Amino acid sequence: MLTAIVDYGSGNLRSATKAFERAAREAGLDHQIVLTADPEVVASASHIVLPGVGAYADCRAGLNAVDGMVEALREAVEVKGNPFLGICVGMQLMSSRGLEKTVTEGLGWIKGDVVLIEPEDASLKVPQIGWNTLTLNHPHPLFDGIPTGVDGLHAYFVHSYHLKAERAEDVVAVTDYGGPVTAFVAHDNKAGAQFHPEKSQKLGLALISNFLKWKP
Amino acid sequence: MTLKARVIPCLDVKDGRVVKGVSFVNLIDAGDPVDAAKAYDAAGADELCFLDITASSDNRDTIFDVVARTADHCFMPVTVGGGVRSVGDIRKLLLAGADKVSINSAAVQNPDFVSEAADKFGDQCIVVSIDSKKVSKPGETDRWEIFTHGGRNATGIEAVEFAIKMVERGAGELLLTSMDRDGQKSGYDIGLTRTIADAVHVPVIASGGVGNLDHMVEGIRDGHATAVLAASIFHFGTYSVGEAKRYMAEHGIAMRLDPPGEAA
Repeated sequence: MLTAIVDYGSGNLRSATKAFERAAREAGLDHQIVLTADPEVVASASHIVLPGVGAYADCRAGLNAVDGMVEALREAVEVKGNPFLGICVGMQLMSSRGLEKTVTEGLGWIKGDVVLIEPEDASLKVPQIGWNTLTLNHPHPLFDGIPTGVDGLHAYFVHSYHLKAERAEDVVAVTDYGGPVTAFVAHDNKAGAQFHPEKSQKLGLALISNFLKWKP
Repeated sequence: MTLKARVIPCLDVKDGRVVKGVSFVNLIDAGDPVDAAKAYDAAGADELCFLDITASSDNRDTIFDVVARTADHCFMPVTVGGGVRSVGDIRKLLLAGADKVSINSAAVQNPDFVSEAADKFGDQCIVVSIDSKKVSKPGETDRWEIFTHGGRNATGIEAVEFAIKMVERGAGELLLTSMDRDGQKSGYDIGLTRTIADAVHVPVIASGGVGNLDHMVEGIRDGHATAVLAASIFHFGTYSVGEAKRYMAEHGIAMRLDPPGEAA
């Protein structure tokens, strides 16, 4: 098994790589973690991770700038149906469109737009930065064994925008920030976390290890 | 269910070692930053802050190694500041494993740099670190001004206006340090913290002056900060991070009290 973490110049790539390595080791999985900008490696990987930090449009442009990468992602994820995990803006890129600063086309895997968070409580700050709990709308294998809900574990968020999905069933988990904010989406073999599993201590490592074992 | 207030231990780092001064003089060596980071991770710190206090002069590259080694072991958010002056500096820190960078003197000297950094890396990863002192006299309307270079250089810039301007430029968070209070253990400057927190839409981290756990409660409850930063009270074991978080929770502040993780 080989997890390819896509290197397209965005994201805290070292943290992500180290967290995946640690999760694989702790779960006793014979699973290689590779940080790569090579579309061929991505196309042939058993699992694909798309990190991303920054603005939607910049990340999309960064992804397009790696020759053949979008095609490789489509091959691995759409044709082969291999497990995919997007993180933060990597998750947002799964949407139809991003509306941050300008309108940008996404990968179209989760129908819906990425829009500014607008908390009902005006005293809440944007970006949302910090730890919040998750409410699962329905069970998902990536949350197996992870305590969620008000008394559950926390996830680390740092974002101003979130994915407003058209299909309610695509939203696996929400967090409350002056109203529900999309925290985790999934559709078939494609999953995405708005929070940062690689920075979310226990919850994050458990989710990553579930992803490495995932057989959608 | 709500976003929790954060407790952030700050490690002042010089030549790859942790130090903490009283009002930025009389530095005392308090150990290896990576060991300290692991200990804070295990203790349930919500985020770590490294401040490279000699970054503008010598041994600048030591901080990249500290950040990288921390990222190898700690799966928690890390903010790094000190001597951040170019897009290249930011990129190197983020690649080493930092999640956010804090910009201090460079934001004062060249506000365009904050815009450039926010455009490049996203607002959420740009923290502007504001060091200020109260300049109004007792009886006058409160006025704070920006100081740079560890509090030595006055700029004459009014702090609240500056804070608003930095947010317009794209700062995703403000780290607000009262240079009057730093090292004094008499509590955060609540007037300063609250005035700025209420004036901007981004999160504010209160810093400078923590001497006891009530001060941390006050920073959130009265200062309207969303995070509190402290150094010596944690480094010298006066209080543990866990104690601080439990105390704040007992005083009505929503805190993350997950069973702590452990560093690898």
